[in-house]
Amino acid sequence: MIKIEHMSKSYGPYPAVIDISFEVLKGEIVGFLGPNGAGKTTTMRVVTGFTPPTEGDVTVGGYDVVSHSLDVRRHIGYLPETVPLYLDMTVTDYLTYMGEIRGMNKSWVKERLPKVIDMVKLGEYRNTLVGRLSKGYRQRVGISQAILHEPDVLVMDEPTIGIDPIQVVETRELISNLGEEHTLLLSSHILPEVSAICKRVLVINDGRIVADDKPDDLSEKLQHAERIEISVRGAEAPAFINAMRDISDVIDARSDQRVSIVQRAEREDFLPFIVDARPNAQATETIAKTIINNGWGLTNLTPLPMTLEEIFLQLTTEENLGE
Amino acid sequence: MRFISVIAIKEIRTYFASPMAYVVSAAFLAITGFFFVASVSDAFAEASIRGYLAGAIFFLIFMSPALTMRLLAEEQKLGTLELLLTSPLREFEIVLGKFIAALVTTMVMVGLSLYFVLVLFVYGDPDIGPMLSGLLGLAFYASATLAVGLFASALSSNQIVGLVVGSGILTALTIIDFVSARLSGTAAQVLDAFQLGASFSVFDLDSFGVAEGGHFADFARGIISLTDIAYYSSITAVFLLLTVLVLEARRWR
Repeated sequence: MIKIEHMSKSYGPYPAVIDISFEVLKGEIVGFLGPNGAGKTTTMRVVTGFTPPTEGDVTVGGYDVVSHSLDVRRHIGYLPETVPLYLDMTVTDYLTYMGEIRGMNKSWVKERLPKVIDMVKLGEYRNTLVGRLSKGYRQRVGISQAILHEPDVLVMDEPTIGIDPIQVVETRELISNLGEEHTLLLSSHILPEVSAICKRVLVINDGRIVADDKPDDLSEKLQHAERIEISVRGAEAPAFINAMRDISDVIDARSDQRVSIVQRAEREDFLPFIVDARPNAQATETIAKTIINNGWGLTNLTPLPMTLEEIFLQLTTEENLGE
Repeated sequence: MRFISVIAIKEIRTYFASPMAYVVSAAFLAITGFFFVASVSDAFAEASIRGYLAGAIFFLIFMSPALTMRLLAEEQKLGTLELLLTSPLREFEIVLGKFIAALVTTMVMVGLSLYFVLVLFVYGDPDIGPMLSGLLGLAFYASATLAVGLFASALSSNQIVGLVVGSGILTALTIIDFVSARLSGTAAQVLDAFQLGASFSVFDLDSFGVAEGGHFADFARGIISLTDIAYYSSITAVFLLLTVLVLEARRWR
């Protein structure tokens, strides 16, 4: 649905996005991940036809965003980063107006509006002035205007920014459900959000795409080391750590600091450890053997997937990793 | 065309749902009222709306930009311009819709002040010709000033900037005779051709010199001239076009 080929965008002499290419297929939910100022918003503005690219081709639903801008805009629902609302209109008036601006006729708006209001759970606020709503509800109004005209493509820029944690969870659920009907491009600088909602992640940094993968595969691919969580019974910590470090495939071993002192006290004979090993099958096996040969009781041995935070830091701090 | 009316209706509603339309109308009625009373209360005063027109064209220089300053500046401030520009409508539809809304609101306000005409018919024997041409001229004059105001509003997200720039352009066009009076020949003629309306002569308590210069003069005298209509229409068209260009340029930033 969205196809970007060698797109660059500069603001005057400042490049915001440099030669990026990617494609979003129909029905995909793609997360756009990157720190502030990485070029997420710029890319979205190009896709929505708000601003033309400096170089390269961008098409949405087969229409070029520059030469067929109106056709593109007809197929897109857009939620910009600062939710654009007329504060002196009621929710119903605002949404009706937005629907008509998007080219819906009155009867279509009339039929569609109650459904959308139900979907985002705005029922009791339908006649409230938008300016009186809390930030989370304003966000819902913003989402409503983006989906009202049943667009094929939905573009959302930081949809959960600045709202409280409970509403964040609700908003994420709402967005996940939207993904069933729309092609969705969503940006965020919050990693768990992207991994919770999206089936594919594009990591962007300094205007370049540095990774493009499923959230799970991304962690697998980028793992230099496999991290293993181990609990043993009847071992002294220094002895265990030394034993582990003697194994050739083990890079490092240490006590698991994530387990609190209270928890340690409760199950004093189980000691939790973290072991970093080279990612091959033998390592785990050797570790298990060593533990048993030493006469310790192995109660837990779990490989840990790398979190998106760690991947993200790796991608954006180490050079040439994405290639 | 449908988008233009959707935008126009929304903006007219906003005008009358907020204090803006009422405050500006009240001020307009008060100021034109002063001028009207001053022009007809003399012992040998003529029964005309000349004083009213003098007050109106003077006040519109500030009032039109005040009415339009919100229209595009606020869209930029709230970020709603991003929504409008990513909706399937063209810049000229946005601009025309907003312009029509401002013009309709202004005409409602002018309509409210028409009781002056009734007063004249009750207490005097006014000449209806100059009255009709004057009101027609006022409509053209208002649309030109509103177009300038709308253009100023597009320039930044700050409404005050819109007000100051708009009033500044209109004031400059009004007092252009300060400069042309000191020139001669072609230069003076060219400058005179751009004179928006009578300048300070509107404050002359003996004549209310609305008929003494600028393109409004003939309208005030009862003459409908194609030159004047073309002038106001051109100002309107040029500034609406500039507004569209400013909006389009925002995309390329």
